[in-house]
Amino acid sequence: MPAGSPVHPPNDFPEYGSTALRAPKQPLRVLPGRLAVLTAPLLAGETIGALDHDLTRQHDGEPLGERISISGRVLDEEGNPLAGALLEVWQANAAGRYAHVSDQHPAPLDPNFSGTGRCLTDADGRYRFVTIKPGAYPWRNHPNAWRPQHVHFSVFSPAFTQRLITQMYFPGDPLFAQDPIFNSVPDPAARQRLVARWSLELTEPEWSLGYEWDIVVGGTDATPLHDDGPE
Amino acid sequence: MTLPLTPSQTVGPLFAIGLSTTIGSHVVDEGAPGALRISGQVLDGAGEPVPDALIETWQAEGAGRCATDDQGHFAIVTIKPVGNAGAGEAPHLDVSVFARGVLTRLVTRVYFPDEADANGADRVLRTLTPDERSTLIATPDHGGIRFDIHLQGERETVFFDR
Repeated sequence: MPAGSPVHPPNDFPEYGSTALRAPKQPLRVLPGRLAVLTAPLLAGETIGALDHDLTRQHDGEPLGERISISGRVLDEEGNPLAGALLEVWQANAAGRYAHVSDQHPAPLDPNFSGTGRCLTDADGRYRFVTIKPGAYPWRNHPNAWRPQHVHFSVFSPAFTQRLITQMYFPGDPLFAQDPIFNSVPDPAARQRLVARWSLELTEPEWSLGYEWDIVVGGTDATPLHDDGPE
Repeated sequence: MTLPLTPSQTVGPLFAIGLSTTIGSHVVDEGAPGALRISGQVLDGAGEPVPDALIETWQAEGAGRCATDDQGHFAIVTIKPVGNAGAGEAPHLDVSVFARGVLTRLVTRVYFPDEADANGADRVLRTLTPDERSTLIATPDHGGIRFDIHLQGERETVFFDR
């Protein structure tokens, strides 16, 4: 891909059928100049439970599946850590089924797994989740379509321009080649940034596999509100 | 140093299980001074409701978010932010739209129907045609305001590059 290729997927992406009636047809408008970084004191006073990051300890028993940890840092483009960002994750269980009424995949639900977690990044932008590896599951985008194993991630920082919702994948998944959502990212190198790295260091002996995944959000070029007209 | 960004992916159809109550549909309580209800419907290119969209509003006073119901409706209670007339900025809310079938969030703005002068001087609205402008200016609705979001079609909402 040439330099300057867009990182984010285009919304008009026919291989992903649901885009057909939902992708705007008009070009996105460029805002005239940078107006403001919008900051909202969104997490003031909010408390995150000590176990909210651990999806394996939300019920009486342990969920079935391969126990894993996912950890990393949330950074801006300049490499500055995002401290106090709210991360929310949701995922299917080990059998590939979400604990959501609309999920009709005939795979078993796990009474010990809700598949949701949250945490705040620390002063170094670090986060850590403990969970089980989600299963792949079928969907109806095209004949015999299957989603690669993935965890949904939402990053909520006080800056509007940094807002990101994405999905984290696992290395070596054979389903990548046929998945239009993964492949909607035009730049193959950018696509690989959605894939976590298995880490021996983060793997706990006789307990759990460790994956490392850093998240980089844009928007740091925005400057505070100013009048860029002649003084 | 410039780090390469992490790409966006769709929020998918089942995000509702993952949204904690940390950020909800009430930026302020219903009874708070100046509390204003912003409601609307998200519609696709066939005019059908979008029942699996996530709408977020951002302003200095706080962020709100609401998943659409099975008829595509959402409602957020907040207060009208102040504008910045000197900078040619009318009061507005920044809005993110996520949904199944939306790979990268859509960004738009809600302007207020009782700010005709400020809207007329707003340097973003001024770059748009009257029809386009009308997609961004909410309408009065039972003491609150209504802001429908058309992802496609004749009345397609104006969306901005992030």
